[in-house]
Amino acid sequence: MSEKIYDAVIVGGGPAGLAAAVSAYDNGAKKLLILERDSRLGGILLQCIHNGFGLHYFGEELTGPEYAGRFVKQVKKRGIDYKVNTMVVSIDKAADFGEAGLTVTFGADGTEHVVTAMNSTDGLMFLRTYSVILATGCRERTRGALVIPGTRPAGIFTAGSAQRFVNIDGYLPGRKIVILGSGDIGLIMARRLTLEGCDVKLVCEVMPYSAGLSRNITQCLENFHIPLKLSTTVTEIHGRDRVQGVTIAKVDANRIPVAGTEEFIACDTLLLSVGLIPENEVCAGTGIHMDPVTKGPSVNQRMETSIPGIFACGNAVHVHDLVDFVTNSSLLAGRCAAEYAVAAEGVFRSVPCHEPAVNSQAPVIIPVCPGNRVRYTVPQQIEVDDAFKAVIQEIREGASEIPKIQIMFRSTDVYRNVTIFIYSGNDRIYMKKVRIVRPGEMQTADIPASALVNVTGLLTVSIETPEDMID
Amino acid sequence: MVNGSLLLSTQKTGLGIRGQMTDTLYDAAVIGAGITGSCIARELTKTTAKVVLIEKENDVSCGSSKANSGIIHGGYDPVPGTLMARFNVRGSSLYPELAKKLNFDYKRIGSLVIAFDEKKKVLLDMLLERGFANGVQELRIVDSDELHKMEPKLGQNALAALYSPTAGIVSPYKATWAFAESAVINGAEFMRNTSVHQIEKDGSIFIVHTGHGDIRARFVINAAGVAADKISAMAGARRFIIKQRRGEYCLLDNKCYSLVNHVLFQTPTELGKGVLVTRTVDGNILIGPSADDQSADMYEYKGTTASSQADILEKASLTIPDIPRGNIINSFAGVRAVAYTAGTGGNADQPVNDFIVEEDSAVKGFFTAGGICSPGLSAAPAIAEYMLDLLGKAGLDTKKRSDFIEERKGIVAFGPAGTKKKLQLIKQNPLYGQIICRCETVTEAEIVQAVHSPLGARDLDGIKRRTRAGMGRCQSGFCSPRVTEILSREAHIPMTSVTKKGGTSFVLDGKTRVFSGSGGNEE
Repeated sequence: MSEKIYDAVIVGGGPAGLAAAVSAYDNGAKKLLILERDSRLGGILLQCIHNGFGLHYFGEELTGPEYAGRFVKQVKKRGIDYKVNTMVVSIDKAADFGEAGLTVTFGADGTEHVVTAMNSTDGLMFLRTYSVILATGCRERTRGALVIPGTRPAGIFTAGSAQRFVNIDGYLPGRKIVILGSGDIGLIMARRLTLEGCDVKLVCEVMPYSAGLSRNITQCLENFHIPLKLSTTVTEIHGRDRVQGVTIAKVDANRIPVAGTEEFIACDTLLLSVGLIPENEVCAGTGIHMDPVTKGPSVNQRMETSIPGIFACGNAVHVHDLVDFVTNSSLLAGRCAAEYAVAAEGVFRSVPCHEPAVNSQAPVIIPVCPGNRVRYTVPQQIEVDDAFKAVIQEIREGASEIPKIQIMFRSTDVYRNVTIFIYSGNDRIYMKKVRIVRPGEMQTADIPASALVNVTGLLTVSIETPEDMID
Repeated sequence: MVNGSLLLSTQKTGLGIRGQMTDTLYDAAVIGAGITGSCIARELTKTTAKVVLIEKENDVSCGSSKANSGIIHGGYDPVPGTLMARFNVRGSSLYPELAKKLNFDYKRIGSLVIAFDEKKKVLLDMLLERGFANGVQELRIVDSDELHKMEPKLGQNALAALYSPTAGIVSPYKATWAFAESAVINGAEFMRNTSVHQIEKDGSIFIVHTGHGDIRARFVINAAGVAADKISAMAGARRFIIKQRRGEYCLLDNKCYSLVNHVLFQTPTELGKGVLVTRTVDGNILIGPSADDQSADMYEYKGTTASSQADILEKASLTIPDIPRGNIINSFAGVRAVAYTAGTGGNADQPVNDFIVEEDSAVKGFFTAGGICSPGLSAAPAIAEYMLDLLGKAGLDTKKRSDFIEERKGIVAFGPAGTKKKLQLIKQNPLYGQIICRCETVTEAEIVQAVHSPLGARDLDGIKRRTRAGMGRCQSGFCSPRVTEILSREAHIPMTSVTKKGGTSFVLDGKTRVFSGSGGNEE
């Protein structure tokens, strides 16, 4: 068991973890440790060698490694500790920790967490910390989850693992490629493999619209004359040893293949870009409340999960379309984790009998719920804690600066000329007109805290179309 | 792509692929390294016989032994008096100790054959009778109350069940590997990628012509699974027909582990034991199989279909109404080898309805273990014992050698180990500190062992079956590049020659234009 008590242990050294660490440091938490399971800091960005990152955050176009590099630099400049090739095994409450005869020599007040991690040099580590920031990113949906019929040959890759083979290892996954799913990684790989001289036959997408960013459709498919077949899926994989082809077919409105529309496409490789799922294996044992839609932990406006002191950010919470937004949510998580740690540390030092560190009063919760045409929202709730009350009080007293709370959400389908409303009961407390919303692109609503002054019940985020307005 | 270097490298590591005929005269050549052939090979190594185990694929357990339900049946199902009944009950009783000695997982979780309507209850009594006749211990009928207590998530229509506490589960491919590896440890030679083209007899010696030269042996044992009829025909032995019955399964994430506690069968139909829902030894939930008779031109086809997948889930929902379909992580198919005798005079082929385990009446010295469909996995150790008896009667010296090594260590898995053991493992071997497969917590140490074990893996699937790397919910998305690198490095196979499952199943297809590769064995 470590003697040192960290302010925050950051699980994951990708863009989310790096930004969270920098922000935590800048907000007063100096005892930090980033744990990264790969051999370098940077996360999945290291294999995203294309450009297009950073337009929002840095105001310039960077490649993935460049974007990550900027944050790695900031981490190193601050002297923040990190360990690579290190895997987090579990996160436990200090209070209920005592596995395998390991002596628990510290306070059982519930303000501390123990992060169990391992690597080749340190073995198993039991790290004490006030706060934990989950920045574990996401993983790709697989063939198995889709239950694509046919044989099981070599040559079936998720787009991301193919990307790693190409951009990190320097090997090609195949020569004649079919891509199922129009997720961004698939689109990027269509271009990347074309540039490598591969024959990318087509991209098929089961939905009637693309799952990826519009700019990627233009830049990665249209500019290279790669057909995108919407409402089309792979109905069978052929080949014994290596993929020899796939059967594709049109699907109906219920995504059921239409008989008679089958077409055989000869290829040696099938890439899958059929969705990303937050990676939260490490949450499993913690009892953190998970959102069944995002598949990530439910968080409040501070990016704190249902367990005080455990924060989450980036794709571990919900899958983002742009890394810039990951950065924003991670900066917030880092700051709030630092505030938590500083407060907890203060209590820990001054009150030897171990009173609970923070949130002495049970806060009131304002749930934030998806309404019409909205798949999910993040945060899932706003906590009316002391800090929030103070802000409201200041507004009531005529504060000049009004902070905003950002709600992120995604639409269930493509809609045009819509208005986004946030309701508290029947009251519209927020409104924004948007020309087009797509499930592939994240939407945001920045609610001024002043709009929340009189809110008590739940908030509903709705997307309303011109037809709704007529009603 | 270069295939030659793969051969070369395998030779370098001393794993017995040969380029030419050897002068060696084997006492016994076992054809087929599935569960049956592997058990027989191991049984033979208890004697002083010189044994070779011949396999056409790149690894053991690539046929029916790979994709089946993994059940060690109680033995109430086969008709009394058949070889199936006899070997099932005997085999099932041998498993617990074998699992311990050979270090593979075996869990005696018990099975339930469930009747879902009044009419089917009579079948339970029939199976109970059979069980008694076959000598199965501890069998009893449980009523609805007890049944629902044993299985809280069971469908409301479940009325009663035959409970067989002695039924268990194993990982069929890990068990096969364990038996085959034990044989190798005890001196059997394993020849992979070696398909048999022709079998001749020169006096009292068989000459088995293979893709890797000729093999001379005094006795030949045909355990070739779905190809057993073809091997038999090559030797001019008894004509029978193997028909393939394809069975599809789907597998649920291990977070669904508590869905069932036992192996849950429905009352049997003409086509077999029907669709089951069971735990696996690795903590997943397995649902299946379908039963689709496959035409000869679809030889060894192991594809899955949308219709059969829907069908097994539909059927299984009678047993467990709330199957969390969102947690399906994989689906696969296997083929059962079902023996028939050819119909004469325009009559249809007749099912043998039993295993064929015999010395050929005409071709002396040629033995067959054929038609080993269910309960073949359960029966295999008993088939092996019986086979050794038959060989003894045919003149093989079956005197037990004194230096037979009963135990086989296998791979020490990191994930299931306790904290203290984990600390100790990393201390002994730092590679245990490097997790490669996140979903199943498989470390680099285990993958390295899988390559270097006495019967090591030579492809990604081989590593997967030995270590579980890639078997979790991300289905190797994250770990396949790492595993490919480690296999390349450890087995001295160039990255571009690494295969998923031998043959031409190459994982990669050349280098990028500007090669900036890292890891693995570059050339």
